[in-house]
Order: sequence, then C-alpha cells, then structure tokens
Amino acid sequence: MTVNLVLLQLFTGLALGSVFVLLGVGLSLIFGLLTVVNFAHGAFYMVGAYVGVFALAHLGNFWLAMAAVPIIVGGMGLVVERFLVRPLYGRGIDYPLLLTFGLGLVLVELVRIIYGLEGVPFDVPEVLQGAVDLGIGWFPLYRLFLIVVTAVLVFALWLFLEKTSYGLVIRAGASDPEIMRVLGVDISTVWLVVFGIGTGIAGLAGVLSAPMTSVIPDMGTTVLVQAFVVTVVGGMGSLLGAVVAGLLVGVVVSMTALFYPELSDLAMFMLMAAVLLVRPQGLFGRKGLMG
Amino acid sequence: MTKERHFKKGVQTRRQILKTGLAGSAAVLAAPWIGRPAFAQGESIKIGFPVPLTGPYGSEAQEQARCAQIAIDKFNEAGGLDGRMAELLVRDDKLKSGEAATRTLELIEKDGVDFVCGSLSASVQLAVNTVCAERGKIYNSISQSDAINEAENFSKYTFHEAMNPHMTAGAVGDYVFKNSGKRVAFLIADYAYGHEMARGFKVAGEKYGIEVVAEVKHPLASKDFSTFLPQIQAARPDVLCLCNFGFDQLNSLKQARSFGMKEQMMMVAPALLYNQRRAGGASVYSGVVGATNYYWKLEDEIATAKAFNDVYRAGNDGAPPSDYGAYGYAGVGVLLNAVTAAGSTDTDGVIEQLEAMKYDLYKGEEHYRTCDHQAVQSVFIIESKDEADMENEYDVFRILEKDGASEDMLRSCESLGL
Repeated sequence: MTVNLVLLQLFTGLALGSVFVLLGVGLSLIFGLLTVVNFAHGAFYMVGAYVGVFALAHLGNFWLAMAAVPIIVGGMGLVVERFLVRPLYGRGIDYPLLLTFGLGLVLVELVRIIYGLEGVPFDVPEVLQGAVDLGIGWFPLYRLFLIVVTAVLVFALWLFLEKTSYGLVIRAGASDPEIMRVLGVDISTVWLVVFGIGTGIAGLAGVLSAPMTSVIPDMGTTVLVQAFVVTVVGGMGSLLGAVVAGLLVGVVVSMTALFYPELSDLAMFMLMAAVLLVRPQGLFGRKGLMG
Repeated sequence: MTKERHFKKGVQTRRQILKTGLAGSAAVLAAPWIGRPAFAQGESIKIGFPVPLTGPYGSEAQEQARCAQIAIDKFNEAGGLDGRMAELLVRDDKLKSGEAATRTLELIEKDGVDFVCGSLSASVQLAVNTVCAERGKIYNSISQSDAINEAENFSKYTFHEAMNPHMTAGAVGDYVFKNSGKRVAFLIADYAYGHEMARGFKVAGEKYGIEVVAEVKHPLASKDFSTFLPQIQAARPDVLCLCNFGFDQLNSLKQARSFGMKEQMMMVAPALLYNQRRAGGASVYSGVVGATNYYWKLEDEIATAKAFNDVYRAGNDGAPPSDYGAYGYAGVGVLLNAVTAAGSTDTDGVIEQLEAMKYDLYKGEEHYRTCDHQAVQSVFIIESKDEADMENEYDVFRILEKDGASEDMLRSCESLGL
C-alpha cells in the first residue's frame, strides 16, 4: 500500500462526497425551510434520470438534457406542492411524510410500467469520457466534472438564499411564517418555489448520476437513505451542514473500502450513529426543528 | 363377484382409452385456436415454475416463463402424453428464499404439481431444492450454482440444467489466461455466487501460473464502485475478473471504464448476459469477454437453436430469446421429453429417463451426469461487440470459442462428496 494509493483513495472519497452533497442538498433545503420530510426525494431523483434519458433521445444533446431535467422535475415538484403537500401544512410533520412516501411508491411503479425493470442505457457524454492522470493515479474526468457542478450549484444556492432579497424572504418565512403573513408576504408562493427548487436539484442529481449507475426504477431507494444520512449528519436544514456531511461521508466510505471493505456499506451509518450520540441535532443543525 | 367387477373395470378402461383418444386429438386440433388446450383426461401434467417475477430480475424471470410456455405448447401440440396435456403453473418467488419455499410447498401440496422447475438465484434455488427433496418431487434448477450439486444439497430429485460457476469460470479462465497476461485482479460480489466464480477462475488459472495481484470484495448491490477501483488500478493487473452479476456487473463495468481501466487491462465477466448487455449499451460492454449457455446466433450452426428462435420470434415481434430465457425452455422441455420417454409422470421412471437421456433442445447435445445430475453441456466464450460491428440491435456478441460438452469441465464426483 503506497502513499499515492491512500491519497487517491482520499480524493475518490471527496469526489464521492460531492455526489452525496448533490443528493443531500435538495432534501435538506426542503426540510430546513418547509419542515417537510420529503420521502419522495429518491423517486424524484429516479424520475430525473429517466427524464434525462427521454430528453437526450429527443434533444440529442447531453447539455440540453441536463438543463431540461431540473426544469421538468422541478415543475413536477411545483404541481406536487400545490395540490398534494399544501393542503397538509399545519397538520404535523407526519402527514406530508406519509404523503411523499406514497407518492414515491407511485412514481416508481409508473416508471416501471412505462420503461420496465431492465433499465435503459445512458452514457457519459463524449467530451467527458475517459480518465485524467492526477499524478497519484488515474481519475474519471466525469467525476471531476461532477465536483465542479456540485460546487457551482451549492455556491449559487448560497448566493440566492443569503444575498438576494427573495432569499431573505425565504429565510424569514422559515423562521416565522406568521409574521411574514402579517407583513403581507405571500408565504405560500415562497414554499412553492422552495419545494420546486428542492425537487429540481433531486432531478439534476438523478440525471448526473445516470452515466455512473444503472438507470432502473429502483435506483432512488438507496439514494433516499444516503441523502437522509447526509442530512442528519450535517444537521437538518443546514446547507453548510449538507456540504460538510456529504464530503465527510464520502471520505469515511472510501477509507473503509480501502482498509476494511466488509464494513464499507455500514460505514456511513456508524458515522451517523457516532454524530447523533455527540450532537443529536447534527453537526450544523438547529435544535428543536423537529418539534 | 370379483371376476365381474374386474370385467367391468376392464370395460371402463377400454372406453376411457377410446374417449381419451378422441378428446385428445380434438384438443390437439383445438389447441392453436384457443391458446390453452382443453384437458382431455382429468389430470393434466402440471409443472410448477417459481421465478422472481417481481424484483430486480423480473424481466429475466418473465422471459423464462415465456420460454417455458413454448416448451409446454410444443409438447401439447405433439399430442401430449397420450392426450394428457401439460400445464405451466408460474409463481412469483420475489427472489426470496422463504417466499420461494412457501410457493413451492403450495405448488406441491395444493396444486399437486408433478414437477418443479425454476428459480433465478443461488440461495433461492437451494430453498426450492430442499422442499422438493423432502416431498420427493423432481426439481430442475435453471440458475447458476455450485452448491446445488454438492452432497449436502443434492438428492436424487435434484437436476441442474443451468451451467455452474465452476464450469463457466473455468471455460472463460482457460480462454483468457491462454491469450493474455498472468497478473489477475478480482472484483468479487461478497456472496456465494461471487466466491464460487472467483474460485472457478483461480482453479482454471493454476495451470497457467497466474498471479493474483488484487482481490477486492464489494457488498452485494453496491451502487458506487469508485472506492474499490483505485486499489485494483494500483495493482496494475493484466486482467480484471468481475465476479458479480446483474446491475453490480453493469455498474462496476461502467465505473471501471470511466477510470480508464478498459484501456489498461482486459475485462472479463464470466457470466455475460444478453439482457444485461442490452440494458447497459454497447459502449460500456464492448470488448468484455465472458461465457454464456446460449446466444441466439448459434442458430447459424445448430438446428434446434434455429427452431427455438423461430417459435420465440413469432410470438415476440421478431426479438430473439435470451440466454436465461433459454434455460426456462430447456428446463421444462427436458422434463417433458423424459415424461414421453417414460410413458408416465411417475417420479422414479422419469428420473431413470433423465439420467439415461441424451437430448438436444436448443444448443446441441446435453446429458445429465449420473452422480450429481449436472447438465453436461457446451460453454460458449463470447465477446461484446462494438456498436460499429453490430448488424442490428440484437447482434451484441461475437462467439469466440465453443467448449464442447464434456464431464472434464465439472468437479469430480468425489470432490462433491458423492
């Protein structure tokens, strides 16, 4: 075992972590701002991959497909929020949880009926194929691209939430919706927009993951779990938490795979348990958000 | 009194035969029109078929059921067993051992099946095998497993129509190590099937003096393989053996390719499946070498393959059958052939016929080895084609080599404990 291998493994972990960030951030956003635990997150991710396949077949261009997916899946999110989730606000956290859980099952079944169980091919776009020599070993160009996309996305989200006036309204709405109503802000539209963005990011994560994994109706199941681990470790509703937790989970999984592969599946859950024991609200979470 | 009764009984029997004959031919005539033939004589010949219709291998299981039905139809169109028609009872085992055991028990106790055939996973087939052995029903297994032929699991009711990992990996290993470098890395799905495949490879490699430079186990149903690949890459192997199956195989191949490993080493996937290759796409699989029990192009040289393909194509918009689908056809077909040869569905009689038979249903001649009832059959070494070389969407493999049916491919009866 050489130093180069350990370094490459560390880098692999960070790259994997950026995928986890991408998976977790949409879930974290919706929970942090709406207190809705979106159990259909994995299903939206899966739908994103299939919409990507569909868009690629009709547009013939990966970049256009990549741009179209978050818009289409985000649009679906808007419809879901407006007609399914909205009637349940104020009824406790379990109502939207159960609803989105059911919705996830319905979406998976619909895709299964349309496309079957076998899965459909989806390839890395030509310009991003192959690997580059990092000096410590070869690394897939596509995964480097994913790191960049995730960084850009997180930065854009941060700008939007922290530096724009609409972001200010969103944050204010999250901490005290009543006062916002009194001040004459249409808080329903704010929630609608946030839900749309969250599902759009889930869809984007799906289409970006499609070239690495198989596009199958079940692909969202494990992703939902991973996204929850990231969200819980980082702290429910914290953007910074999702980023730090995603990278941390990636590195832990990667290092376990190198030194003790038998536990690589369990590693992220052991990390989660450890974090919860020390900081029940997660690394960057606020206390009492679930209350 | 007694004499009279005997006499009467005799008359009845003769009458019945007459009736049966007439109704039988009527059923044969009617069969093409009504799809499922009417049952001429009270009891049809029932074959239970537990396969995972739902779950990750659902489409493959449905394909197996379709192909098995072709074997049933063929038997019925030929008149059945003196007019006794065959019937396929398909059940969903959900790819779970417990579910499969329950369904099999129901098939035997409630539906009164004469034979059982099916299952699509090593552990599930062991569960079905146990139930059938306890109840004294013949079970023909149509999915890869080494363990089913071992003394611990084998009973005289056990037959294994599918290839086993030992012969599959052995044939592929022979081809690969003869033609390439000796530094070998393994990526192994951490369960029985993965370990059996890897063991088969190592045994095959012994005589070529291979050196195992990396051996990485991954949990079953992993989504991300990036964390397992740097170790393999750092070991600089000439050959990477993917001892995994289904989506694990597809995902690990996809990701290994993105690490540039396809240019650096030869990729070998012992069980290279037709449907998996089609779902994964040409670019992911191109150049990957593996083995199969059947590829539809065999029809160019094998008459039974052509006949099977033609029937399948007629019912499936011109698409050819898959390798695992063909197992369904062969597994049920050989049971019915044995029934015809035995002239009854009596279990011991059919076992006797199965042990004695040479049969050619779809891939050239096969027979069951007497000691462990493993089907001795040809193994075909195939390579996945580049998109540019494909004549049509079904033309996905090139046949590199044919290892003719020989008992030398199998582990010795003694080593199985038999």
